[in-house]
Amino acid sequence: MSESQSTRTVIIQNKQGLHLRPADLLARLAYQFESNIEVENDGLSVNAKSVIDLATLGAGPGTELKLSATGTDAEKAVEAIAELIINFTDEDEEAVDTTESESSS
Amino acid sequence: MRILQGIAVSPGVAIGEAVVIDNQGYRIPHRFISRSAIDTELERLAKAFVSVGRQIENSRDEISEELGEQYGAIFSAHLQMLRDPKIESDIVHLIKQRHYSAEYSVSQVLSKYIKVFENLSNVYMRERANDVRDIERRLINTLLGNRREALSNLETPVVILAHNLTPSETANLDREKVLGFVTEVGGPGGHTAIVAEALEIPAVVGTGQFLSDVTVGDLIIIDGDQGRVIVQPDDETILRYQHEVEEHRSLATRLEALSGLPAETTDKQHIALYANIEFPHEAEACVRRGAEGIGLYRTEFLYLGQDEEPSEEDHYRVYSQVVKDMEGAPVVIRTLDLGADKLLGENPEDPEQNPFLGLRSIRLSLRNIPLFRTQLRAILRASVLGEIHVMFPLVSTLQELRQAKMLLSDIMEDLEEEGVPFDRGIKIGMMVEVPSSVIMLEQFAKEVDFISIGTNDLVQYTLAVDRSNKEVAGLYNNSDPAVLRLIEMSISKATAAGIKVTLCGQMGGNPIYAMLLIGLGLRSLSITPSAIPEVKKVCRSVSIAQCEEIASRVREMENAREIKQFLREELRKVVPELLL
Repeated sequence: MSESQSTRTVIIQNKQGLHLRPADLLARLAYQFESNIEVENDGLSVNAKSVIDLATLGAGPGTELKLSATGTDAEKAVEAIAELIINFTDEDEEAVDTTESESSS
Repeated sequence: MRILQGIAVSPGVAIGEAVVIDNQGYRIPHRFISRSAIDTELERLAKAFVSVGRQIENSRDEISEELGEQYGAIFSAHLQMLRDPKIESDIVHLIKQRHYSAEYSVSQVLSKYIKVFENLSNVYMRERANDVRDIERRLINTLLGNRREALSNLETPVVILAHNLTPSETANLDREKVLGFVTEVGGPGGHTAIVAEALEIPAVVGTGQFLSDVTVGDLIIIDGDQGRVIVQPDDETILRYQHEVEEHRSLATRLEALSGLPAETTDKQHIALYANIEFPHEAEACVRRGAEGIGLYRTEFLYLGQDEEPSEEDHYRVYSQVVKDMEGAPVVIRTLDLGADKLLGENPEDPEQNPFLGLRSIRLSLRNIPLFRTQLRAILRASVLGEIHVMFPLVSTLQELRQAKMLLSDIMEDLEEEGVPFDRGIKIGMMVEVPSSVIMLEQFAKEVDFISIGTNDLVQYTLAVDRSNKEVAGLYNNSDPAVLRLIEMSISKATAAGIKVTLCGQMGGNPIYAMLLIGLGLRSLSITPSAIPEVKKVCRSVSIAQCEEIASRVREMENAREIKQFLREELRKVVPELLL
């Protein structure tokens, strides 16, 4: 299979943005691909397979993220990740908040 | 650079890397490891990652079960962060390339992320700093495990920063490796401070909280003269202090030349300089520095940090060592001078409300006759080996003195019956450190051979100031006119009665007071051995008439500050190099 490159821009829809749990999902998904995947927010670009780096983007709702991948499965990776970002939800938003503040106090 | 102000308790300057001791007394490990330790360190790190992964999984399962899946999910995110390959590779990089310890590398890498999160504009995201902190804490706790490194296992010279150090911890500090220490709590004249002075390492206490802002390995300057602690000093400050250290060293070398010369004033009046010691091994330093004897041998170390009461043989062994090391020079042994709260095995149900006014020193000894007897027997037995004097601390009434003397004669009779030799004419003295004993000194003087003015306690009891209470420590002044008057009264009453008078508080070791004390009529001082050369220098630079003039000027002054300032100026005129 040959190396290819793929990019796509996607806007974060959920209210909390790319916080830890969405970042976790994203990194896990990214991990399933062979390609090197980068996520860029306002000039700052990080490795999509690193949850902590993703979280440091501080990408809130409405942020435009630029996805770019290089590798054998670049196109598939970008599509899958874009899909995931668009479908981020906040259904258990409050519940998560409570637990987090408890676990960190 | 950050400057903290504490209380100076042991002079000198120390510059070195920090070792931080937490509240529980555990040492937070050192920043650097040796090249050969890299593999071990990487192995420790890998194990810690596995173990923390398991801990987080357990938390996730527990929380999920108790509260539901969505609550447990946060730990899945923690797990994902922990397993983030970037984090581990960053940490490994620091260990391999910079030879940082695993703990230090973890804290460096994760702190960096914590800072990034804290600076995010999104409030919700900002809180992620706590998640990272949680992981950092787990990793470091796991790495530290039970590896409680003792203070005695230091490899390179360092400065110790701690919340608190007990006197026995201080006493066990390795003088080769510990350049100086700082504690967040504590006050001047506390036992820790006295031990620091005995060890001759710069120390500052009572800085207030600051440990959380210091990283292991940070460069620290301890200014034991000004009571200052400088965290991560800038280059200019480092240079200035290095210069100061050099000056001190060259001054010390110049003063060393005096060690063979007598301490006498320019008009040939002899001033007897004795040494205060805490540990038997200090006797050697006393001889080297030209002390005429030991004016105060504190015996508390025998009781501190021990699991059981010292036996008569324990006492005898150290007393005989000191008296032999002093080669016939007099040794004044002070009996137990501790509060009940400090005595081993005494863990009272209801602690004293006011221990400084409570059961301590001679009062405690008189309440524990067997304990007192043990010490006095050992002192008497050692008295045939050289010139030993015995001194009772904190005497506040004649009855106490008489009881103590009676016990001493009892023991003498016992020894005589047993055929054990001792010095029948052993000199008996008392500390004058409670205002009542100054007031009643004419009476006391008839019943003792000598007195020693203990200025540390005298200041505290005269001015009603707890020297370890930061709120009022500023009121604790050696130069307070009331204190000076009591000192002068003590000197003149003792001189009139024809008994010997010495002063053994920390005040005596401070060169600014030497001329004043001589001017007030004192001809004998017992001070920390390291101060002997400086005080001798002062003595050799002035005449009695000059000192008396200073004393008469001071008598007219009204407050401590003015007096201290004046004394500094007078010292500057005579020996400016002592006021670096």
